[in-house]
Amino acid sequence: MAPEAKPSRGEDGARWAGLMASAQDGRQAEYARLLREIVPMIRAVAAHHHRTPDRVDDVVQDVLLTLHRVRHTYDPARPFIPWLVAVARRRSIDALRRRIRMDAMEIRDDTSYETFADPLANREREGREAADALAVALAALPRGQREALELVKVKEMSLVEASAVSGQSVGGLKVNVHRAIKALRAKLKGG
Amino acid sequence: MSEPLDDLIDKLAAEGGRVRRLAPPMTRALIWLLVVAAVSALAVFAFADLPLFMSRMGDAKLKLELAGIFLTGIAAVVAAFHLSLPDRSSSWALLPLPPLALWIGSSGYSCWRHWIEYGPEGWSLGESADCFRMIVGASVPLGAALLLALSRARPLNPVPVTAVGGLGVAAIGALLLQFFHPFDVTFMDLGVHAVAVGLVVAGSAISGRFIRPPEPQASRG
Repeated sequence: MAPEAKPSRGEDGARWAGLMASAQDGRQAEYARLLREIVPMIRAVAAHHHRTPDRVDDVVQDVLLTLHRVRHTYDPARPFIPWLVAVARRRSIDALRRRIRMDAMEIRDDTSYETFADPLANREREGREAADALAVALAALPRGQREALELVKVKEMSLVEASAVSGQSVGGLKVNVHRAIKALRAKLKGG
Repeated sequence: MSEPLDDLIDKLAAEGGRVRRLAPPMTRALIWLLVVAAVSALAVFAFADLPLFMSRMGDAKLKLELAGIFLTGIAAVVAAFHLSLPDRSSSWALLPLPPLALWIGSSGYSCWRHWIEYGPEGWSLGESADCFRMIVGASVPLGAALLLALSRARPLNPVPVTAVGGLGVAAIGALLLQFFHPFDVTFMDLGVHAVAVGLVVAGSAISGRFIRPPEPQASRG
Protein backbone atom coordinates (compact mmCIF):
# COMPACT_ATOMS: atom_id res chain seq x y z
CA MET A 1 0.00 0.00 0.00
CA ALA A 2 1.34 3.45 -0.84
CA PRO A 3 2.25 5.63 2.17
CA GLU A 4 -0.31 8.28 3.08
CA ALA A 5 0.67 11.55 1.38
CA LYS A 6 1.52 14.51 3.59
CA PRO A 7 -0.99 17.35 3.10
CA SER A 8 0.33 20.12 0.88
CA ARG A 9 0.61 23.70 2.06
CA GLY A 10 -2.47 24.56 0.00
CA GLU A 11 -4.50 21.77 1.64
CA ASP A 12 -3.27 22.88 5.06
CA GLY A 13 -4.25 26.46 4.29
CA ALA A 14 -7.75 25.51 3.17
CA ARG A 15 -8.30 23.27 6.21
CA TRP A 16 -6.96 25.91 8.61
CA ALA A 17 -9.14 28.58 7.02
CA GLY A 18 -12.16 26.35 7.74
CA LEU A 19 -11.00 25.66 11.29
CA MET A 20 -10.45 29.39 11.91
CA ALA A 21 -13.91 30.22 10.59
CA SER A 22 -15.31 27.64 13.02
CA ALA A 23 -13.17 29.09 15.82
CA GLN A 24 -14.59 32.55 15.10
CA ASP A 25 -18.04 31.00 15.49
CA GLY A 26 -17.04 29.84 18.96
CA ARG A 27 -16.27 26.16 18.27
CA GLN A 28 -13.56 25.50 20.83
CA ALA A 29 -12.52 21.98 19.75
CA GLU A 30 -11.78 23.22 16.20
CA TYR A 31 -9.92 26.19 17.65
CA ALA A 32 -7.70 23.98 19.83
CA ARG A 33 -7.03 21.72 16.84
CA LEU A 34 -6.09 24.68 14.67
CA LEU A 35 -3.72 26.13 17.28
CA ARG A 36 -1.99 22.75 17.69
CA GLU A 37 -1.62 22.27 13.94
CA ILE A 38 -0.15 25.71 13.26
CA VAL A 39 2.52 25.58 15.98
CA PRO A 40 5.19 24.08 13.64
CA MET A 41 4.66 26.86 11.11
CA ILE A 42 4.88 29.54 13.81
CA ARG A 43 7.99 27.84 15.15
CA ALA A 44 9.57 27.92 11.68
CA VAL A 45 8.91 31.66 11.36
CA ALA A 46 10.29 32.32 14.86
CA ALA A 47 13.36 30.16 14.21
CA HIS A 48 14.14 32.39 11.27
CA HIS A 49 14.75 35.31 13.66
CA HIS A 50 15.78 33.63 16.93
CA ARG A 51 18.52 31.10 17.54
CA THR A 52 17.90 29.59 20.97
CA PRO A 53 15.02 27.15 21.51
CA ASP A 54 13.76 28.96 24.62
CA ARG A 55 13.43 32.25 22.73
CA VAL A 56 11.66 30.45 19.90
CA ASP A 57 9.29 28.99 22.51
CA ASP A 58 8.66 32.46 23.94
CA VAL A 59 7.82 33.79 20.49
CA VAL A 60 5.52 30.83 19.72
CA GLN A 61 3.59 31.50 22.94
CA ASP A 62 3.39 35.22 22.21
CA VAL A 63 2.17 34.56 18.65
CA LEU A 64 -0.55 32.23 19.93
CA LEU A 65 -1.71 34.89 22.39
CA THR A 66 -1.65 37.52 19.63
CA LEU A 67 -3.61 35.30 17.23
CA HIS A 68 -6.19 34.84 19.95
CA ARG A 69 -6.47 38.62 20.38
CA VAL A 70 -6.76 39.40 16.66
CA ARG A 71 -8.69 36.36 15.47
CA HIS A 72 -11.67 38.57 14.59
CA THR A 73 -9.54 40.25 11.88
CA TYR A 74 -9.26 37.08 9.80
CA ASP A 75 -11.56 37.14 6.78
CA PRO A 76 -12.48 33.53 5.81
CA ALA A 77 -12.78 34.67 2.18
CA ARG A 78 -9.02 35.29 2.15
CA PRO A 79 -6.16 32.76 2.41
CA PHE A 80 -5.25 31.81 5.97
CA ILE A 81 -1.52 31.17 5.73
CA PRO A 82 -0.48 34.72 4.70
CA TRP A 83 -2.53 36.06 7.63
CA LEU A 84 -0.89 33.61 10.03
CA VAL A 85 2.63 34.24 8.73
CA ALA A 86 2.11 38.03 8.84
CA VAL A 87 1.10 37.88 12.52
CA ALA A 88 3.91 35.46 13.40
CA ARG A 89 6.56 37.47 11.55
CA ARG A 90 5.43 40.76 13.07
CA ARG A 91 5.56 39.43 16.64
CA SER A 92 8.82 37.60 16.03
CA ILE A 93 10.47 40.79 14.74
CA ASP A 94 9.03 42.73 17.69
CA ALA A 95 10.59 40.18 20.06
CA LEU A 96 13.90 40.49 18.24
CA ARG A 97 13.83 44.29 18.53
CA ARG A 98 12.98 44.02 22.21
CA ARG A 99 15.89 41.65 22.70
CA ILE A 100 18.31 43.97 20.88
CA ARG A 101 17.06 46.93 22.95
CA MET A 102 17.52 45.00 26.19
CA ASP A 103 20.96 43.76 25.18
CA ALA A 104 21.99 47.33 24.42
CA MET A 105 20.94 48.46 27.89
CA GLU A 106 22.16 45.47 29.92
CA ILE A 107 25.55 45.67 31.63
CA ARG A 108 27.44 42.39 31.90
CA ASP A 109 29.25 41.61 35.13
CA ASP A 110 31.73 39.01 33.97
CA THR A 111 33.45 38.93 37.39
CA SER A 112 30.32 37.39 38.88
CA TYR A 113 31.24 34.16 37.09
CA GLU A 114 34.80 34.13 38.43
CA THR A 115 36.00 31.20 40.51
CA PHE A 116 38.07 32.25 43.46
CA ALA A 117 41.12 30.47 44.81
CA ASP A 118 39.61 30.29 48.29
CA PRO A 119 36.94 27.52 48.15
CA LEU A 120 34.86 29.33 50.77
CA ALA A 121 34.48 32.29 48.43
CA ASN A 122 32.78 30.05 45.85
CA ARG A 123 30.28 28.59 48.29
CA GLU A 124 27.46 31.01 47.61
CA ARG A 125 27.58 30.53 43.83
CA GLU A 126 27.92 26.75 44.16
CA GLY A 127 24.98 26.74 46.57
CA ARG A 128 22.82 28.57 44.03
CA GLU A 129 23.86 26.19 41.25
CA ALA A 130 23.13 23.17 43.44
CA ALA A 131 19.69 24.54 44.31
CA ASP A 132 18.94 25.07 40.61
CA ALA A 133 20.08 21.54 39.76
CA LEU A 134 17.96 20.13 42.59
CA ALA A 135 14.89 22.05 41.42
CA VAL A 136 15.30 20.67 37.90
CA ALA A 137 15.79 17.12 39.19
CA LEU A 138 12.74 17.45 41.46
CA ALA A 139 10.60 18.70 38.62
CA ALA A 140 11.60 15.66 36.54
CA LEU A 141 10.35 13.16 39.19
CA PRO A 142 7.03 11.39 38.66
CA ARG A 143 4.19 13.23 40.43
CA GLY A 144 3.67 10.59 43.16
CA GLN A 145 7.34 10.49 44.11
CA ARG A 146 7.69 14.28 44.11
CA GLU A 147 4.62 14.67 46.28
CA ALA A 148 5.78 12.01 48.74
CA LEU A 149 9.23 13.60 49.04
CA GLU A 150 7.87 17.12 49.51
CA LEU A 151 5.36 16.11 52.18
CA VAL A 152 7.56 13.73 54.18
CA LYS A 153 11.05 15.24 53.80
CA VAL A 154 10.54 18.93 52.99
CA LYS A 155 7.39 19.68 55.01
CA GLU A 156 8.39 17.03 57.60
CA MET A 157 4.89 15.55 57.91
CA SER A 158 4.38 12.18 59.53
CA LEU A 159 3.57 9.33 57.16
CA VAL A 160 -0.04 9.29 58.43
CA GLU A 161 -0.46 13.04 57.84
CA ALA A 162 1.15 12.83 54.41
CA SER A 163 -1.12 9.90 53.55
CA ALA A 164 -4.21 11.95 54.50
CA VAL A 165 -3.06 14.90 52.40
CA SER A 166 -1.92 12.99 49.33
CA GLY A 167 -4.31 10.06 49.31
CA GLN A 168 -1.35 7.67 48.98
CA SER A 169 -1.12 4.72 51.37
CA VAL A 170 1.57 4.78 54.09
CA GLY A 171 3.35 1.90 52.37
CA GLY A 172 3.11 3.67 49.02
CA LEU A 173 4.56 6.84 50.52
CA LYS A 174 7.54 4.95 51.95
CA VAL A 175 8.25 3.32 48.59
CA ASN A 176 7.86 6.63 46.73
CA VAL A 177 10.16 8.52 49.11
CA HIS A 178 12.79 5.83 48.79
CA ARG A 179 12.54 5.79 44.98
CA ALA A 180 12.59 9.59 44.78
CA ILE A 181 15.77 9.86 46.85
CA LYS A 182 17.40 7.14 44.77
CA ALA A 183 16.42 8.89 41.53
CA LEU A 184 17.64 12.28 42.77
CA ARG A 185 20.93 10.81 43.92
CA ALA A 186 21.49 9.16 40.54
CA LYS A 187 20.49 12.33 38.68
CA LEU A 188 22.67 14.71 40.72
CA LYS A 189 25.67 12.39 40.71
CA GLY A 190 25.33 11.85 37.01
CA GLY A 191 25.22 15.65 36.51
CA MET B 1 4.60 19.73 22.00
CA SER B 2 5.84 21.15 25.31
CA GLU B 3 3.59 21.06 28.37
CA PRO B 4 3.29 24.88 28.81
CA LEU B 5 2.35 25.25 25.13
CA ASP B 6 -0.30 22.55 25.45
CA ASP B 7 -1.69 24.24 28.56
CA LEU B 8 -1.72 27.61 26.80
CA ILE B 9 -3.60 26.20 23.80
CA ASP B 10 -6.17 24.56 26.11
CA LYS B 11 -6.60 27.86 27.96
CA LEU B 12 -7.00 29.88 24.75
CA ALA B 13 -9.46 27.36 23.31
CA ALA B 14 -11.48 27.47 26.54
CA GLU B 15 -11.65 31.27 26.21
CA GLY B 16 -12.37 31.05 22.49
CA GLY B 17 -15.94 32.26 22.37
CA ARG B 18 -17.73 33.55 19.30
CA VAL B 19 -16.17 36.73 17.86
CA ARG B 20 -17.67 39.31 15.53
CA ARG B 21 -15.65 39.36 12.31
CA LEU B 22 -14.50 42.73 11.08
CA ALA B 23 -16.14 43.91 7.88
CA PRO B 24 -13.75 44.33 4.90
CA PRO B 25 -11.54 47.41 5.31
CA MET B 26 -13.02 49.16 2.27
CA THR B 27 -16.52 48.83 3.74
CA ARG B 28 -15.37 50.13 7.12
CA ALA B 29 -13.55 53.05 5.50
CA LEU B 30 -16.60 53.96 3.40
CA ILE B 31 -18.94 53.85 6.40
CA TRP B 32 -16.56 56.08 8.38
CA LEU B 33 -16.20 58.52 5.48
CA LEU B 34 -19.96 58.66 4.92
CA VAL B 35 -20.62 59.47 8.59
CA VAL B 36 -17.94 62.20 8.48
CA ALA B 37 -19.35 63.52 5.20
CA ALA B 38 -22.85 63.74 6.69
CA VAL B 39 -21.67 65.61 9.81
CA SER B 40 -19.40 67.90 7.75
CA ALA B 41 -22.22 68.68 5.31
CA LEU B 42 -24.40 69.80 8.22
CA ALA B 43 -21.61 72.08 9.50
CA VAL B 44 -20.96 73.51 6.03
CA PHE B 45 -24.64 74.20 5.30
CA ALA B 46 -25.07 75.78 8.72
CA PHE B 47 -21.98 77.99 8.89
CA ALA B 48 -20.19 78.37 5.52
CA ASP B 49 -20.72 81.17 3.01
CA LEU B 50 -21.74 78.84 0.18
CA PRO B 51 -22.47 81.49 -2.52
CA LEU B 52 -18.93 82.86 -2.06
CA PHE B 53 -17.50 79.38 -2.19
CA MET B 54 -19.41 78.58 -5.38
CA SER B 55 -18.17 81.77 -7.01
CA ARG B 56 -14.57 80.81 -6.17
CA MET B 57 -15.14 77.35 -7.65
CA GLY B 58 -15.03 78.88 -11.12
CA ASP B 59 -11.23 78.94 -10.73
CA ALA B 60 -9.75 75.78 -12.29
CA LYS B 61 -6.70 75.99 -10.02
CA LEU B 62 -8.90 75.87 -6.92
CA LYS B 63 -10.77 72.89 -8.34
CA LEU B 64 -7.46 71.09 -8.75
CA GLU B 65 -6.41 71.98 -5.21
CA LEU B 66 -9.72 70.79 -3.79
CA ALA B 67 -9.48 67.55 -5.76
CA GLY B 68 -5.98 66.98 -4.31
CA ILE B 69 -7.16 67.60 -0.73
CA PHE B 70 -10.34 65.53 -1.15
CA LEU B 71 -8.52 62.56 -2.71
CA THR B 72 -5.73 62.72 -0.11
CA GLY B 73 -8.33 62.51 2.66
CA ILE B 74 -10.15 59.55 1.11
CA ALA B 75 -7.00 57.69 0.06
CA ALA B 76 -5.34 58.11 3.46
CA VAL B 77 -8.41 56.91 5.38
CA VAL B 78 -8.85 53.90 3.06
CA ALA B 79 -5.13 53.11 3.38
CA ALA B 80 -5.25 53.35 7.19
CA PHE B 81 -8.12 50.82 7.39
CA HIS B 82 -6.17 48.42 5.17
CA LEU B 83 -2.90 48.90 7.07
CA SER B 84 -4.63 48.13 10.37
CA LEU B 85 -5.01 44.47 9.32
CA PRO B 86 -2.09 42.07 9.71
CA ASP B 87 -2.17 40.53 6.23
CA ARG B 88 -2.42 43.68 4.10
CA SER B 89 0.58 45.04 2.25
CA SER B 90 2.45 47.98 3.74
CA SER B 91 2.37 49.49 0.21
CA TRP B 92 -1.09 50.77 1.10
CA ALA B 93 0.76 53.60 2.87
CA LEU B 94 1.78 54.90 -0.57
CA LEU B 95 -1.80 55.31 -1.79
CA PRO B 96 -2.27 58.91 -0.53
CA LEU B 97 1.04 60.12 -1.99
CA PRO B 98 -0.11 60.98 -5.56
CA PRO B 99 -3.10 63.10 -4.41
CA LEU B 100 -0.87 64.61 -1.71
CA ALA B 101 1.56 65.68 -4.45
CA LEU B 102 -1.38 67.21 -6.33
CA TRP B 103 -2.47 69.06 -3.16
CA ILE B 104 1.02 70.41 -2.43
CA GLY B 105 1.68 71.25 -6.08
CA SER B 106 -1.59 73.10 -6.65
CA SER B 107 -1.34 74.99 -3.34
CA GLY B 108 2.26 75.91 -4.12
CA TYR B 109 1.25 77.17 -7.56
CA SER B 110 -1.53 79.20 -5.96
CA CYS B 111 0.97 80.82 -3.56
CA TRP B 112 3.37 81.55 -6.35
CA ARG B 113 0.62 83.18 -8.45
CA HIS B 114 -0.46 85.20 -5.43
CA TRP B 115 3.11 86.36 -4.91
CA ILE B 116 3.53 87.38 -8.55
CA GLU B 117 0.27 89.28 -8.37
CA TYR B 118 0.79 91.04 -5.03
CA GLY B 119 4.62 91.16 -4.71
CA PRO B 120 5.94 91.23 -1.14
CA GLU B 121 2.38 90.99 0.17
CA GLY B 122 2.50 87.44 -1.07
CA TRP B 123 4.63 86.68 1.98
CA SER B 124 2.24 88.26 4.44
CA LEU B 125 0.50 86.24 7.09
CA GLY B 126 -3.12 85.99 5.93
CA GLU B 127 -5.71 84.42 8.17
CA SER B 128 -3.17 81.80 9.15
CA ALA B 129 -3.96 81.56 12.85
CA ASP B 130 -7.60 80.83 12.06
CA CYS B 131 -6.59 78.26 9.42
CA PHE B 132 -4.30 76.58 11.92
CA ARG B 133 -7.06 76.42 14.52
CA MET B 134 -9.53 75.13 11.90
CA ILE B 135 -7.30 72.32 10.64
CA VAL B 136 -6.18 71.19 14.10
CA GLY B 137 -9.59 71.79 15.67
CA ALA B 138 -11.40 69.67 13.05
CA SER B 139 -8.70 67.01 13.12
CA VAL B 140 -8.87 66.33 16.86
CA PRO B 141 -12.47 64.96 16.99
CA LEU B 142 -12.07 63.32 13.57
CA GLY B 143 -8.77 61.77 14.66
CA ALA B 144 -10.30 60.46 17.88
CA ALA B 145 -13.19 58.90 15.91
CA LEU B 146 -10.78 57.35 13.41
CA LEU B 147 -8.50 56.03 16.15
CA LEU B 148 -11.49 54.37 17.77
CA ALA B 149 -12.52 52.76 14.46
CA LEU B 150 -8.98 51.65 13.62
CA SER B 151 -8.30 50.24 17.07
CA ARG B 152 -11.06 47.64 16.54
CA ALA B 153 -8.55 45.78 14.34
CA ARG B 154 -5.96 45.89 17.16
CA PRO B 155 -3.20 46.73 14.69
CA LEU B 156 0.09 44.96 15.38
CA ASN B 157 2.14 47.90 14.07
CA PRO B 158 -0.13 50.84 14.90
CA VAL B 159 2.16 53.85 14.40
CA PRO B 160 2.15 53.83 10.55
CA VAL B 161 -1.60 53.12 10.66
CA THR B 162 -2.41 56.15 12.80
CA ALA B 163 0.13 58.36 10.98
CA VAL B 164 -1.56 57.65 7.62
CA GLY B 165 -4.96 58.04 9.27
CA GLY B 166 -3.73 61.37 10.67
CA LEU B 167 -2.92 62.55 7.17
CA GLY B 168 -6.48 61.61 6.20
CA VAL B 169 -8.12 63.60 8.99
CA ALA B 170 -5.80 66.59 8.44
CA ALA B 171 -6.80 66.57 4.76
CA ILE B 172 -10.48 66.44 5.71
CA GLY B 173 -9.84 69.37 8.10
CA ALA B 174 -8.13 71.27 5.27
CA LEU B 175 -11.03 70.48 2.93
CA LEU B 176 -13.51 71.89 5.43
CA LEU B 177 -11.27 74.93 5.75
CA GLN B 178 -11.79 75.67 2.05
CA PHE B 179 -15.46 76.39 2.73
CA PHE B 180 -14.50 79.04 5.29
CA HIS B 181 -11.35 80.36 3.53
CA PRO B 182 -12.55 82.82 0.86
CA PHE B 183 -9.09 83.88 -0.37
CA ASP B 184 -5.99 82.51 -2.04
CA VAL B 185 -3.30 81.15 0.22
CA THR B 186 -0.05 83.06 0.68
CA PHE B 187 3.29 81.32 1.15
CA MET B 188 2.97 81.93 4.86
CA ASP B 189 -0.51 80.40 4.85
CA LEU B 190 0.80 77.38 3.03
CA GLY B 191 3.56 77.04 5.62
CA VAL B 192 1.04 77.25 8.43
CA HIS B 193 -1.20 74.66 6.71
CA ALA B 194 1.80 72.36 6.33
CA VAL B 195 2.73 72.78 10.00
CA ALA B 196 -0.88 72.07 11.04
CA VAL B 197 -1.04 68.94 8.88
CA GLY B 198 2.39 67.82 10.12
CA LEU B 199 1.30 68.35 13.71
CA VAL B 200 -1.86 66.30 13.20
CA VAL B 201 0.11 63.47 11.52
CA ALA B 202 2.73 63.50 14.31
CA GLY B 203 0.05 63.58 17.02
CA SER B 204 -1.78 60.70 15.36
CA ALA B 205 1.43 58.69 15.05
CA ILE B 206 2.11 59.20 18.77
CA SER B 207 -1.46 58.21 19.62
CA GLY B 208 -0.78 54.93 17.79
CA ARG B 209 1.61 53.97 20.59
CA PHE B 210 -1.38 53.76 22.94
CA ILE B 211 -3.04 51.04 20.89
CA ARG B 212 0.17 49.02 20.55
CA PRO B 213 -0.31 45.32 21.36
CA PRO B 214 0.90 44.37 24.85
CA GLU B 215 4.42 43.02 25.27
CA PRO B 216 4.78 39.45 26.56
CA GLN B 217 4.71 39.28 30.36
CA ALA B 218 7.82 37.21 30.87
CA SER B 219 10.85 36.88 28.70
CA ARG B 220 13.49 34.30 29.41
CA GLY B 221 17.12 35.32 29.37
